[in-house]
Amino acid sequence: MTDAAQHPSAKHLKKRYAAEARFKMYGRLAITIALAFLVILLGRIVLQGYSTFTTNTVSLPVYLDPARIDRADLSGSNYDYLVSLAVLKALGETEDELGTMSEDASALISRDLGFQILDKVKADPGLIGKTITVTGPVKADADLYYKGEIKRSVAEGNRKLNDRQLTWLDRLKKSGRVHGGFNSAFFTHGDSTEPEQAGILGAAVGSAMMLLVTALIAIPVGVMAAIWLEEFAPKNGWTDLIEVNINNLAAVPSIVYGLLGLAVFINWLGAPRGSPLTGGIVLALMALPTMIIATRAALKAVPPSIRDGALAIGASRTQTVFHHVVPLARPGIMTGAILSLSHALGETAPLLMVGMVAFVPGIPSSFIGGATVLPVQVFIWENASERAFAERTAAGIMVLLAFMIVMNATAIILRRRYERRW
Amino acid sequence: MKKILGTVAALAVMTIASQAHAARDYVWGAGSSTVFPFATRVAENFAKKNGGKAPKIESLGTGGGIKLFCSGSGEGFPDIANASRPMKKSEFDACAAKGVKDIIQIKVGFDGIVIANDKDSPVYNFKLDALYLGLSAQVLRYGKFVPNPYNTWDDVGVGLPGNKILVYGPPPSSGTRDAFLELAIEAGARKFPLLDEMRSNNEKGFKNLVDPLRKDGWIDAGENDNAIVQTLVKTPGALGVFGFSYLEENADKIQGSSVNGVFPTAATIANGSYPLSRVLYIYVKKSNLGVTPGLTEYVNEFLSDAASGRGGYLQGRGLIPLPPGQHDGQKALFKAGTTMARPAA
Repeated sequence: MTDAAQHPSAKHLKKRYAAEARFKMYGRLAITIALAFLVILLGRIVLQGYSTFTTNTVSLPVYLDPARIDRADLSGSNYDYLVSLAVLKALGETEDELGTMSEDASALISRDLGFQILDKVKADPGLIGKTITVTGPVKADADLYYKGEIKRSVAEGNRKLNDRQLTWLDRLKKSGRVHGGFNSAFFTHGDSTEPEQAGILGAAVGSAMMLLVTALIAIPVGVMAAIWLEEFAPKNGWTDLIEVNINNLAAVPSIVYGLLGLAVFINWLGAPRGSPLTGGIVLALMALPTMIIATRAALKAVPPSIRDGALAIGASRTQTVFHHVVPLARPGIMTGAILSLSHALGETAPLLMVGMVAFVPGIPSSFIGGATVLPVQVFIWENASERAFAERTAAGIMVLLAFMIVMNATAIILRRRYERRW
Repeated sequence: MKKILGTVAALAVMTIASQAHAARDYVWGAGSSTVFPFATRVAENFAKKNGGKAPKIESLGTGGGIKLFCSGSGEGFPDIANASRPMKKSEFDACAAKGVKDIIQIKVGFDGIVIANDKDSPVYNFKLDALYLGLSAQVLRYGKFVPNPYNTWDDVGVGLPGNKILVYGPPPSSGTRDAFLELAIEAGARKFPLLDEMRSNNEKGFKNLVDPLRKDGWIDAGENDNAIVQTLVKTPGALGVFGFSYLEENADKIQGSSVNGVFPTAATIANGSYPLSRVLYIYVKKSNLGVTPGLTEYVNEFLSDAASGRGGYLQGRGLIPLPPGQHDGQKALFKAGTTMARPAA
């Protein structure tokens, strides 16, 4: 009776192998589904947003007609009209009596060029009467046409640009006045209501400032609380109660922290609404429980033999903790800190309550002034009616994801490099 | 190393703390998400022209904005409330109770609410009473109120397509929803003499009966109008309710329905022949003029011909300008500093 098939356990064995194979297959299936969702999500965002990173700019020689610029009131003059005339001149067209030609032309070129001229004339009024060359983006709708989002095949009444404007755009491109390139403005400008001038830098700086505040509060407080709870606190009913509550706080919906921030910091303590300071404090509260839990886990991972050794050679409790335990737990603490901060980076709900869902053009410069942050910027752009903001929304998400990947990668590298195994 | 880190941290905390006591040196507006795109465009242009600090505009909804505006005077509260409907009597009283008494009410333009569907489906031509019959949770039928029995549009109006009643629109917190209820649903209900009489006797009862929308045909699609537009493209025959500027921006994908025979265009909204048009307002605290740096200049920029006038830059963003006479009237009103009277309702 050496034949395996005859052995009484053989049937059982086969069943066990089949179960194992099934389990492996379920596992693979689960991973495949998760990955497929991720690919669909990322793919959609990238497909929708990659076109933001290129843009079309136009260079135009603009004649600063002294008859059209009021030297007494430089800000009050209509520089957009001068730009429109320059477009018509470049196309070899002439303005008609009703101004419909210049109206069509002005819908093609960003108002940024007009503001550039204003700045130049303010700096040097001697330029009036001369011809200067300005370079800037085309209007968002024109950019969409170059990118193929606005199609000529659509009936004229149903698109934002008429046939004449499309012909003009083709001619401008052919003459070399318009050229495509990398959209550096997206990374160097703050928010704007005009898509072609809107950039992500303001929100990125706002996020960085807010995270600085969060880090300055959450890390020291969280680490000290964890050290006390783990190393010094007596084990009794009170510390148990504190521990349970910290674990519960980590699961509280984030909007609750926003309501708390509104009631306590803004209405009661008078903190400036919508500032990185207030937003940072609220997010610090939100990050604290995670911070404490991560730090405690890192401290627990330090083997008791280290503590015993230090105590045995006569170190005090405090010396043991600060000379031996905390330095050894540092990689774990840093990882926890970075992960809780990257969680805070993506939060929008609590910030809504403290007034950060606001339009803030330019780059924030103070901790108490208005600022906006990356997820809020995505939210605002998504709500704008202009179609060019759709691609910017996706690009904003890509920048936010890049921030998160960098932070999480830092956490992983720190852990890999400094982790000690016992 | 530790000392350096400690010093840096201490310095950072000190700079943050010292900044916290500076006075507000920028204009602050809050309110309607419908006015938000216009107020922000003005803020941006204002800052670029004058080089000063850009006004801060918050998007809180009309109700939320007015509540914050009315919470007190001084630099801790907004200078301006943006509203897509006039201030209510109760809100005016709440303002007065907190010492905000002199308020300047300024009309800045019109906005239209459109009912739209995808381009490949037939155009809807609504009468107001069909909107009431199709969308209200309880409707009048043979003199009695019954849960809405209608399933398709051709049940409620002659000549409407036979599609299932399915409308994506703003949630109750939205000013657009309030305006849609008042201008479409309530106006449609009043076409029935019984309901019209009821309204003159007991307005609150009328509203309670008419305003709730049916749960099976009306879907609260959130405050995001872009999402509604995308849903319409993917759901042929379904309708969406949102602001005119989204129709203008997506005219290659969706089409507006006519109401009482009038299609929504800039012209019909401005002259009032399109029934679902409303006025947009900004409310300014008179006591803050001359106190908040740039406030007078910001409102002037808002009212300038280059902004809210005909062909101004706000028109490019979807605002429908006031007729020139009215526009000049609002300018004069602000210049004279005429404050608003207590609203009737």
